[in-house]
Amino acid sequence: MPVPRNIAVIDYGAGNVRSVANALASLGYHPDLTADPARILKAGAILFPGVGAGPSAMRELDSSGMSGCIRQVIAENRPFLAICIGMQVLFDSTQEGRGCDCLGIIPGEVRRIPPGPKIPHMGWNRVKQHIRHPVFDGIPDGASFYFVHSYCGRPADPTVVAGTTEYGVTLCSMIIKGNLFATQFHPEKSGKSGLRMFANFLEYALGNQR
Amino acid sequence: MPWETNDNLGDDILLTKRIIPCLDMIRGRVVKGTSFTDLRDTGDPVEMAAFYYREGADEIVLLDIGATIEARETMVNVVERVSEQVFVPLTVGGGVRNTDDIRRMLAAGADKTSINTAAVHNPHIVAEGAERFGSQCIVLAIDAREVAGSKPRRWEVLTHGGRTPAGLDAVQWARQAVELGAGEILLTSYDADGSQKGYDLELTRAVSTAVNVPVVASGGAGHLDHVYQVLTYGKADAILAASIFHFRTYSIVQVKEYLMAKGIPVRY
Repeated sequence: MPVPRNIAVIDYGAGNVRSVANALASLGYHPDLTADPARILKAGAILFPGVGAGPSAMRELDSSGMSGCIRQVIAENRPFLAICIGMQVLFDSTQEGRGCDCLGIIPGEVRRIPPGPKIPHMGWNRVKQHIRHPVFDGIPDGASFYFVHSYCGRPADPTVVAGTTEYGVTLCSMIIKGNLFATQFHPEKSGKSGLRMFANFLEYALGNQR
Repeated sequence: MPWETNDNLGDDILLTKRIIPCLDMIRGRVVKGTSFTDLRDTGDPVEMAAFYYREGADEIVLLDIGATIEARETMVNVVERVSEQVFVPLTVGGGVRNTDDIRRMLAAGADKTSINTAAVHNPHIVAEGAERFGSQCIVLAIDAREVAGSKPRRWEVLTHGGRTPAGLDAVQWARQAVELGAGEILLTSYDADGSQKGYDLELTRAVSTAVNVPVVASGGAGHLDHVYQVLTYGKADAILAASIFHFRTYSIVQVKEYLMAKGIPVRY
């Protein structure tokens, strides 16, 4: 079966879809911005951006029927890259706001960054790579990425942690589990390193086709 | 995952210090004099932003200093085009008067909006903006002028691009805005701006130690050491400059190399 070549960027009304689309376009890709589960289920690579707050993102996902679609594509091990709030809602639950259940795809909980340094954690910080993976090709260990968040997920299974970042505590800044990728930082705002990570992900997912 | 506090890290050294070129614009054109020779159109904000992005700017600020109603559409268009070429955070300010303006700028591709005069007249816009879009999108811009003869030194807030005293103390105002939800302070010294004699270190230090959000120092950069001073003694989290970059006195890379050599963490 040929690999589906189209790229879906999930547009559920709570993501910085435009920035992600611009970044992919600059790499020569033509992403499909969509909230249509039928199109997402057919995509060869799926990006799931997010900004804002976990609970409101979860409400949007549940009311739009996107939750089931996301569970299905991840269960099918489709190449999937979740960003920031997109990563956080993959966990079991978040403490943000009054707290809420999330998608339950990555066992663990999203908690507020412990007091000490300035919160939100906003700016450029280093990502220590814990595994070797093609998604890191050409990106030096310890390269800086752009972060904006006050909460962070803690996976129960340490083997899924692909990257960590020091911010008073050691934060899990990147997860890789099979074809599921998740970054707490924003590759679309992380200059050359971020674009390279997108390019690596898409090459991994789609092969060398634009 | 471990979640123990790492006591050996002071919060100063966790994030790299940001170097931010600022494009001052009127009617969609960059207006502060520039001496670019390597661009086709030195007044085009899209070309200039893309140039600074490639040079390693950590963020780009676009300020509409004309800020007329008619200029709003032009600005939205500029933001859209800049965000197609610039993949670092983009802050847009000038003429942001209500949450609808904020929403339009964010939708056009801005990551943050900077609010100045409108916040002084209606502090609620800070709270409402933070509530709707998150504190990280709301930058409070303060133009501060030293109160002549004040001891200890005090600074008053100016609005309307430095023309009108607002009757507010700059440090108090910064504190209040952060309580309302501002996620960052863009602090410009009216006295130092354009002088190239260095940032107002005392002003920056006073505001930085008064609030627990990042402070971007602006106004007065003329030499690499000014940048170093305001990031260390001034406790700023980021520096903003226009002329030294536009006139090619220093490149972004030169600033970063200088800071690195002095042990300041920068993204390189």
